[in-house]
Amino acid sequence: MNLISVTSPHTTGPSRTQRVMAQVLLATLPGLAVLCGLFGWGSLINVVWACAAALACEAAVLRLRGKPVGFHLADGSALVTAVLLALAIPPTAPWWLTLVGVGFAIIFAKQLYGGLGMNPFNPAMAGYVLLLISFPVDMTRWLPPFEAPDLATSLQLFLGRDHGIDALTGATPLDSLRTWAGDAAALAAQPALHGTFAGLGWEWVNLAFLAGGLWLLWRRVITWHIPAALLGALALCALPFWLHDSARFASPLFHLFSGAAMFGAFFIATDPVSAATSRTGRLIYAALIGVLIWVIRSFGGYPDAMAFAVLLLNLAAPTIDYYTQPRSYGHSKPKRGIGG
Amino acid sequence: MTEYVLILVSAVLVNNFVLVQFLGLCPFMGVSNKVETAMGMSLATTFVLTLSSVLAYLTWDWILVPLELEYLRTLSFILVIAVAVQLTEMFVRKASPLLYRVLGVFLPLITSNCAVLGVALLNVRKEDASFLSSLTYGFGAALGFSLVLVLFAAMRERIAVADVPEAFRGPAIGLITAGLMSLAFMGFSGLIRL
Repeated sequence: MNLISVTSPHTTGPSRTQRVMAQVLLATLPGLAVLCGLFGWGSLINVVWACAAALACEAAVLRLRGKPVGFHLADGSALVTAVLLALAIPPTAPWWLTLVGVGFAIIFAKQLYGGLGMNPFNPAMAGYVLLLISFPVDMTRWLPPFEAPDLATSLQLFLGRDHGIDALTGATPLDSLRTWAGDAAALAAQPALHGTFAGLGWEWVNLAFLAGGLWLLWRRVITWHIPAALLGALALCALPFWLHDSARFASPLFHLFSGAAMFGAFFIATDPVSAATSRTGRLIYAALIGVLIWVIRSFGGYPDAMAFAVLLLNLAAPTIDYYTQPRSYGHSKPKRGIGG
Repeated sequence: MTEYVLILVSAVLVNNFVLVQFLGLCPFMGVSNKVETAMGMSLATTFVLTLSSVLAYLTWDWILVPLELEYLRTLSFILVIAVAVQLTEMFVRKASPLLYRVLGVFLPLITSNCAVLGVALLNVRKEDASFLSSLTYGFGAALGFSLVLVLFAAMRERIAVADVPEAFRGPAIGLITAGLMSLAFMGFSGLIRL
């Protein structure tokens, strides 16, 4: 047995939550850098503005509830929510869009449930889905990659001055796929679909988030279960349909490196609060997210589905936990209702 | 065959009666405090919904349409549903007295569950309604109701121990959660066009 046998004084490490959150923030940096490289300053402006908004909302609610404001702000969870949401929002977003999303995420999806550790839904994704449903046009205005506007244009867009914005925007690979699926000739003519190995530009965004995610894995901030099961299920669903009809369905590689796949698999779905708890539970949880992403991308009304799939499995997580509760030593497995 | 699968998926996910059409909210809020109770309620409602959907269709096709009494549909469907519920209540009382006590007033209240009447009325409005499609539609609606009721109950058990602000405890946070669930279910929209 290994007991600590040193005498006092002991130094204590910094708050564990704070360290985890700081590492998650660090791991998003490569993705943020690539987004800025491809689409201009918009993403960075969004991240800074979202952080400020999140801290203000969090502080306001904590004050209203009479909790220690500084202590709770210092854990960095509000910053993580803000950064994740800002990375998911298009770089052309005006200031009020980010504000509404962050406000909803922090106040409704997080603080009304009691704050960090209690929220059943991933706050960033709840905010994103609210924005996507309420402001579908603003939320789908992505720029074509490699044609990044200068800082002045990005700032104008952020301030909500519409400088012929529709002339700037272009279809993302997933948009193109959704519009032209089934028509092989049209698909071949879409420049957005033909990058080096997946969708143009977005392959690098996903690669950067993959790098950040692998670093998190190496730092043991997250475990392999959720990303592996999610990406595995997504690829496994895509493979047979792509082999069967490659004009209608995209390849597994395209699915893995498009849209929010890597970002979601490593940064969103791995949120320990809103995910399932046990290992078996997490494998089921993540695999179902992967399946739903493929189903909605291929048949649904939205081009990408990460946020919806994560929210849908968030609401199923307590039920998954209920059925996958591990047997405690010396007891038999708890008897569960239907099918348990 | 495909047609019936589409009806089923549509009723369970895309046009979920609780989260998309906002029918049957009273039992959804009322019997979702414990997972076990929610499961019992799901089974009872599934039975009643499937049975009443079929019975309502038969009443429509065999009695109301031939006699040109279509305007009496709401009234006659309520009668049919009440009979189906009474049958279920008698069965549950004998088969599982405990569940009967736990469900309490909510069991006879299935009669006034608007999802049950809603399914019957929406079903006969469809032009190509048949016996099998009514059965599938009723069963699909019941599956969708059961699914979200059980998921919601498991979720509420967790929220019950969360540090929710005083003003939002109980039904308030329950309704906010239901709203967020409804947001999530919007993801299924456009999946199937019937």
